[in-house]
Amino acid sequence: MVTHKTTEQASLTDTEKPVLRAKRVDVYYGNNLAVREVSLDIFQHKVIAFIGPSGCGKSTILRCFNRMNDLVPSAKVKGEITFKGKDIYAPKVDPVELRSQIGMVFQKPNPFPKSIYENIAFGARINGYKGDMDQLIEESLKKAALWDEVKDKLKQSGLALSGGQQQRLCIARAIAVAPEVILMDEPCSALDPISTLKIEELIQELKLQYTIIIVTHNMQQASRVSDYTAFYNAEATDDGDKIGYLVEYDDTETIFQSPQQQATQEYVSGRFG
Amino acid sequence: MTLDQSNKKVSLWQPNRPKSKLIELIIKIIFGSFAFVSIATTMGIVLTLIFNTVDFFKEVSFLHYLTDTKWTPLFSSANFGIFVLISATVLSSVIAIVVALPLGLLSAICLSEYATERTRKILKPILEILAGVPTVVYGYFALLFLTPLLRLPMPEWVQNIIPAWDQFIPGLQGFNSLSAGIVLGIMIMPLVASLSEDAIYAVPQSLRDGAYALGATKREVIISVVLPAALSGIVSSLILAISRAIGETMIVALAAGQNPRLGLNPFVPVMTMTAFIVQVSLGDTPAGSIAYKTIYAVGMTLFLITLVLNIFSFWFVRRFREKYD
Repeated sequence: MVTHKTTEQASLTDTEKPVLRAKRVDVYYGNNLAVREVSLDIFQHKVIAFIGPSGCGKSTILRCFNRMNDLVPSAKVKGEITFKGKDIYAPKVDPVELRSQIGMVFQKPNPFPKSIYENIAFGARINGYKGDMDQLIEESLKKAALWDEVKDKLKQSGLALSGGQQQRLCIARAIAVAPEVILMDEPCSALDPISTLKIEELIQELKLQYTIIIVTHNMQQASRVSDYTAFYNAEATDDGDKIGYLVEYDDTETIFQSPQQQATQEYVSGRFG
Repeated sequence: MTLDQSNKKVSLWQPNRPKSKLIELIIKIIFGSFAFVSIATTMGIVLTLIFNTVDFFKEVSFLHYLTDTKWTPLFSSANFGIFVLISATVLSSVIAIVVALPLGLLSAICLSEYATERTRKILKPILEILAGVPTVVYGYFALLFLTPLLRLPMPEWVQNIIPAWDQFIPGLQGFNSLSAGIVLGIMIMPLVASLSEDAIYAVPQSLRDGAYALGATKREVIISVVLPAALSGIVSSLILAISRAIGETMIVALAAGQNPRLGLNPFVPVMTMTAFIVQVSLGDTPAGSIAYKTIYAVGMTLFLITLVLNIFSFWFVRRFREKYD
């Protein structure tokens, strides 16, 4: 498989250690293998895009990085994922603590049915934040480019905002607990083009402080926002299930201009998917 | 009819449009009249209540009804202080809610958040079966099992230390609103549990995911996110349960007694509004007498109380329901 070669290339070009590293990760749902043998390194303060057709396991892999798959009773992860050198699936690791360091933004904006203020304060409070709450909320909203739009209505329900604002509120909420990595699972798929543009600009700002992994169906988006791109594909088994796998992982320019794999070439040029 | 159907063979395709239109009309009338019957019945009941209640208030002043402290409509020196009956109803219903709210809500949380999907599918129908137990069974359960249990004499050594502690609950009489209220609570608990569980289960998974992704523990997710999001459903289930408790008859008639008594002492026999209606309905009160009209006034009062509760519940749900699409 070429996967390993490209991963090694990526690690050679970057001298620093990867923040997240997946080694031969398999994910099962029940007895069905959903994604097989994914290995890749994620470097600090970069944006990594996961692209690929539906059912190729890109979201599944994303959810392994903060152990959200633990919430699905039948899901099982094999292989090794390390976060700053430590195995996150080791028995003594508390997924709750891990998730406060690896934040997540979801496909559909999911603000809590609380005020804008409380939406952000919730995460800070449960993680034992002892500083000035008002200041933290202002900072988080500013970082999420939402402060100017909501500063006069912090007591209003987060659900009263528009879709794009809701998604930025969710980003602010994730930032407020000071994570190192932010996982974004198709964060713009429910948004209009203007809101999408705002989020993309925001991602460029955020990567100065955070490492971002973004799953996207939109190849233009991947080429616009990311430094590295991982292309996943799926193969059908005899009994009709799909098994996803990582085809190629390289810097975004290579993936879009001169990919090594035929499948990548066909996907990025729009011939399938 | 103006459509060109000439290309179809006339002998094979003969739709009878006038006939199908007529059938549609007849069906509409039949369904409409059945719907009308149920509405008319309800209207009839409400009108009967209103007319008899108006008759009642021609003989008894409204002020007297609300302020008197005695309820003796069957005596020659009749007194009509409805608050005597209301106090008993409120007392037994409050005890019922105190029992049903924690039991029901905690089982709802357990079923929807902690139980596996399989366990939930097995346990929830079992819980709902509890709601199908005839209330008369609950009634004699309260009278013949719970009350004797609460009146068990304390062992001698306890009585030696505290002489007044003669039975498990001192001062509890054979008929009392405590047993009736507790059993009433057990009766409405499945209602609270089942409806609250529906509300909690309906909270979108995406909200839970959002909270988990911030590093929340399960307890934090439930208390800070799931329960507030399900609040309107929980409150409406609670109000429905209160309405049931207020209107419930057999348990209180059997276990709480027949003594109209103003006050909130749960250890002594009392008479609820429903128990009074049973007493008069079963007795040989002549139709048209003032005692006979009393049951309509009491019925009307009961109806108004539950109506207000339902309106409040309706308003609350509309006001606090969160819409997720």
